[in-house]
Amino acid sequence: MPPVPCAICKTERALIKRPKNYQKLCRQCFIQIFEDEVHHTITSSQLFFPGEKVAIGASGGKDSTVLASVLKTLNERHKYGLDLVLLSIDEGIKGYRDDSLETVKRNAVQYEMPLKIVGYDELYGWTMDQVVETIGKKGNCTYCGVFRRQALDRGAKMLGIKHVVTGHNADDVAETILMNLLRGDLSRLSRSTSIVTGSNASEVKRSKPLKYAYEKEIVLYAHHKKLDYFSTECIYSPEAFRGSARTLIKSLEKVRPSAILDVVRSGEDMARLVPGQPSDSCGCKGKEAPVPKAVEDEGAGGCGSANGRAGGGEMAAMEKQLRENEKVANEGLETEVKTQKVQGQRHDRTNKSETEVSVSVPLRPKQKLGTCERCGYMSSQKLCQACMLLEGLNKNRPEIRI
Amino acid sequence: MSVDSQMSTGTGPAAQDAVALHEQPKISIVVEFSGGLEMLFSDQRRHSLSIPAVDKDGRPATVAFLIDYLCRNTMKDSRQELFVLEDHLRPGILVLINDADWELEGEESYEIQNGDNILFVSTLHGG
Repeated sequence: MPPVPCAICKTERALIKRPKNYQKLCRQCFIQIFEDEVHHTITSSQLFFPGEKVAIGASGGKDSTVLASVLKTLNERHKYGLDLVLLSIDEGIKGYRDDSLETVKRNAVQYEMPLKIVGYDELYGWTMDQVVETIGKKGNCTYCGVFRRQALDRGAKMLGIKHVVTGHNADDVAETILMNLLRGDLSRLSRSTSIVTGSNASEVKRSKPLKYAYEKEIVLYAHHKKLDYFSTECIYSPEAFRGSARTLIKSLEKVRPSAILDVVRSGEDMARLVPGQPSDSCGCKGKEAPVPKAVEDEGAGGCGSANGRAGGGEMAAMEKQLRENEKVANEGLETEVKTQKVQGQRHDRTNKSETEVSVSVPLRPKQKLGTCERCGYMSSQKLCQACMLLEGLNKNRPEIRI
Repeated sequence: MSVDSQMSTGTGPAAQDAVALHEQPKISIVVEFSGGLEMLFSDQRRHSLSIPAVDKDGRPATVAFLIDYLCRNTMKDSRQELFVLEDHLRPGILVLINDADWELEGEESYEIQNGDNILFVSTLHGG
């Protein structure tokens, strides 16, 4: 095929075809428009305020590396006045996290940002290697996900930072929306569409500035800017690579690339219909940019990737849930964590009655935010998820270790 | 005169076949894997390959031909489904042909040229 000129500058050769609108762009115009769009997301959602200290949840992977690079660029270009810090979690998985942490350390130098690494061992007294030694590989992603979510918050608190940004992209959000749709969990679906999550002003707020960025463009941005990132798969979740929601999203994208953003927008529209669950969409749609106060509880997600994104692991867990519904009793802990306090209202296939589902959604107890009796971390129950998991773990810890 | 040259001047059909196989034209390309795909290809990012210039039917080698060739000859890992699904490249893997998105180049039907750089990037891995 003859070279196509860039649709914007009309001079350089187009190297990128944008999934959202098929626009053909050259390297330079693509990088520019990618950054401009993230800037648009940030300003229209009023994500930051001048002088804000912001921690970037950094794994060394493509998404968080691109996020760090873009935020540094935009912070300088548009004078956000942000104080950016890299925050990394060391789960304690030998042979997996070591290499990616080396990448983050290089990123810290490249982007001139301070780096804080928080280990599961110091936070919880357990590395993931030890968790797996105790409970086996099955279900360990739940522990990792719950621990990681809190770890980012706790790490941010150690640094006196109240805002953590993560590298979740449009594909991740679409995937989470589909998963929640498939399990009939509208309230989670609603929360997962918010660009800002977290609780009230006293707690750590989360946001995803790359929410509208295609994973494909993130990878291309990293490639064309020659960013230094690391890709690996968590050694404890080889199945994450085959996550079904992920495969579904990618297959949809192949047929109709706009499907990903369409799912995100549909999710936002559905979220608006969920009572008491304010959600947002791109703030430029003419309304005040909302800062929804959704309680963050996507904790079970995110293995195979570092900053707690809902990767294939959560899908794998969900598939397992669907497939092995009869065996639920054996996996009581995981189920409790994932469905929070709505025991008996599991909306998957065995709860066949449609009316039951439609009735029970509004009946879901409202999340009441308190603090964990044991650790003081925000929790809607007596014990936070991490402390519940730790209780089980510590019971199983061999006497010698205590 | 070597045996080879005697064969190349031979007239029997068997001899001609042997020549065709032996002197099959090749093209030199560089194939790279990243985003986690390295693990399927001996943990090696960059592979300098010499591949047949035409397929078994004599048509120029395309990216589709290359993908099949890589599965047969270069991939040491048994998990082919992480690279190919239903005879096509797995959705979620990007291909850059000399740095250009393969969607701009005709995707699987692009005819590979000598000296091409073809990069396969997985977007499926964690970030």
